[in-house]
Amino acid sequence: MNAAIRRFAQSNFMYSFGRDKVAMVSFAILAAFVILAFSAPLIAPYDPYDQTTIDIMDSEIPPAWQDEGEARFLLGTDAQGRDMLSTILYGTRISIIIGVCAVLMQMFLGITIGLVSGYVGGRIESFFMRLADIQLSLSTLMLAIVALAIFQAAFSAEAYSDLAIIMLIMVIGFAEWPQYARTIRASVLAEKKKEYVDAARVIGLGAPTIMFKHILPNTLSPLLVISTVQVANAIISEAALSFLGLGIPVTKPSLGSLINSGFEFIFSGSWWITAIPSIVLIALILCINLLGDWVRDALNPKIYKEK
Amino acid sequence: MGPPLWRSHVCSRRITIDYLVFAGQRLLQATLVMFVISLIGFSIQDNLGDPLRELLGQSVSEAEREALRDEMGLNDPFFVQYGRFITNAVQGDLGTSYFFKRPALQVIADKFPATLDLVIGATLIIVLISVPVGVYCAIRPNAWLARAVMGISIVGISIPVFLTAIFSIYLFAVTLGWMPSFGRGEDLVEIFPGWKTGFFTKDGFAHLVLPCVSLSSIMLPLFIRLIRSEMREILESEYVRFAWAKGLAPKRVWFLHALKNTMLPVVTVGGVQIGTMLAYTILTETVFQWPGMGFLFLEAVNRVDTPLIISYIIVVGLIFVVTNTVVDLLYTWVNPTVKITGRGR
Repeated sequence: MNAAIRRFAQSNFMYSFGRDKVAMVSFAILAAFVILAFSAPLIAPYDPYDQTTIDIMDSEIPPAWQDEGEARFLLGTDAQGRDMLSTILYGTRISIIIGVCAVLMQMFLGITIGLVSGYVGGRIESFFMRLADIQLSLSTLMLAIVALAIFQAAFSAEAYSDLAIIMLIMVIGFAEWPQYARTIRASVLAEKKKEYVDAARVIGLGAPTIMFKHILPNTLSPLLVISTVQVANAIISEAALSFLGLGIPVTKPSLGSLINSGFEFIFSGSWWITAIPSIVLIALILCINLLGDWVRDALNPKIYKEK
Repeated sequence: MGPPLWRSHVCSRRITIDYLVFAGQRLLQATLVMFVISLIGFSIQDNLGDPLRELLGQSVSEAEREALRDEMGLNDPFFVQYGRFITNAVQGDLGTSYFFKRPALQVIADKFPATLDLVIGATLIIVLISVPVGVYCAIRPNAWLARAVMGISIVGISIPVFLTAIFSIYLFAVTLGWMPSFGRGEDLVEIFPGWKTGFFTKDGFAHLVLPCVSLSSIMLPLFIRLIRSEMREILESEYVRFAWAKGLAPKRVWFLHALKNTMLPVVTVGGVQIGTMLAYTILTETVFQWPGMGFLFLEAVNRVDTPLIISYIIVVGLIFVVTNTVVDLLYTWVNPTVKITGRGR
C-alpha cells in the first residue's frame, strides 16, 4: 500500500501537477468547496430545511459587509428569511451529489455498452452506436427538459419534490451515456488487437473477465479526461433544469433553484440572493473545467513527448 | 484568387450507388426517429390528464362519461388510437390547446418567428466572431492575445447561459439602463407573411441584443476552441507543409488551403448544434420573458396543456431530425474522404 502511494507520488502525473500552478489552485479551491459542502450540517450556522428557525421578519437582509447587513447573517438572507450562507452550503452539497451520481450512472451505462459493443462487435455494436448517434444528435439538455417536464406534469407537485434528486440523476445520467460508450468503444477496438488480449483468450478466460479485468484498466485515461468535463456539464445541466423550475424544489434548494428563487428580486435591488450562489456555481464549474484541461494535457502522450 | 480547388472537388463528385444507399438509410433512420418521437408524443396524450374532464368538467355521471369515451374512441385499442393520432398529425392537426382554445400547431407557429430571431442573431454573432478569432489563435498559438482568448474562453464555457442572461440584465438593463430588460419591443417589421422580425427597427434591435449575446455566450467559446484545434491539426498536415515548400504566400496557405478543410468539420458540428441552441432558447426566453416557443413550452408544462406540450415536442423533434439529416447528407456528399459504407465515424 505504501509502495503504491510512493509510486503514485513519483509518477509523471503528479510531477506535472506539481509544476502547474493553475491545476494546484483549482484543485485547492475545489477541495475546499467539497469539504465545506459536505460538512454543511456541522458548520452551517442555521438549518435551512428547518422551517421553525426561519423568521419572515429576517427576509432580504443584505450581506454583513453592507450598511444594512447584520453580523448573524454573513451572506445576508433570501426572500423567506433563510440564511444565505447555510442555504448555499447545503445547496452546493446537493449540486455536487447530483453531478457526481449522474456521471457515475453515465459511466456505468456507457462503460458496459461501450465494452460490449467494442468487444463483441457485429449487430450489437451497430445497434448501440446508431442509438448513440441519434441520442447525441437530439441534444441532451433538450431531452432532459422534455423528460422532466413530462414527469412533472404527470406527478403531483409534492410527489415530484420528493423524487426530484433521483429524477435529475436518472435523467442527466441517461442523457449522456453515449459520450462514455463511444470513448470506451474506440479504446476497446484499439486494445482488442493486442497480444495480451489474445493471451488471455488462449488461457481460456471468459469474455466478461477479459473485458472488465484486462481491457477496461487500459482504457482508463481517456475515461478520466472526459469524466471531469462530464461532472462540470452535469452540474451545469442540473442548475439549468432547476433554474427552469424542473429540478430541485425551492424548499430544499440546489444552487440552480436558489438562483431561480432570487431572480425576481434583482429588479428590486436584492442582488445577493442571485449573485452569491451564481458566483459559487461558476467558481465550482470553472475549477473542474481547469482541472479537466490539465488532466487532458497531462495524460496526452503527444504533449508529454513535446516537453 | 487562384483556381477554385475546393469547388472542382464538388463538381467532380457524382451521385454514386453507394451514396444513394447511404441516403436511403439516412432517410429511413430519420423516419424511424420521427416515429419514436410521435409514439412518445402519443403516449403522453394517453397518460397525461383526462381529455373528458377538460371537455365536461366534474358533474357528469359515470355512464354518460363511458358513452362519450366510446364515442370519442378513447376505448379503442392502442394502435387504432395511435393510427388516428398519426393520421391527424400528418394533416397538421395536433389537437387544440386547452389554454389558448386554438389549434396547438397554430399557437406554436405564431411564436416561432420570435425564437427564429434569437437563433439567427446568435448564429450571426457566433459565425462573425468565432471564425476570425479561432483562425488567429491557430495561426499564432503563442501570442499573448491568443493565450488570453483561450483563458477567457474557458471562463466562458464555465458560465451557464442563464447566468450570462441574468448578469447582462442586471448590468445593462437594471444598473446602467442602456438596454430593455424583457420582451421583443413594440416596433416589429413583417418581412414575410406571419414572420415579424425585430432586426430592422431600432427598438426591436435593442431588444434583441442582450438575448442574442446571452444565447451565443456558451457556444462562442466552444466554436473558437473547435476552430483553433481543427485548424492547428490541419496546419500540421502533409499538404500544408507541401504548400509551404512550394513557397506560397502565408495568406494563401492559411485562408485558401487550410481554412477550407478546417471549416468542413466545423460546419457539421454547427449543424448538430442547432438542436442544442433550441434547448438554450428555452433558458434565454425564460430569463428575458421572450415570447417564443421555449417560453410557451414551459408555460404549457405549468398549465398541463397536453396538446401544446405534444406539439412542441413533435415540432422540435422534426427540426432536429431534418437539420441532422440534411447536414449528414451534405457533408457526405461534399467530403469525398468520408467512408459511406462504414458504421459510425
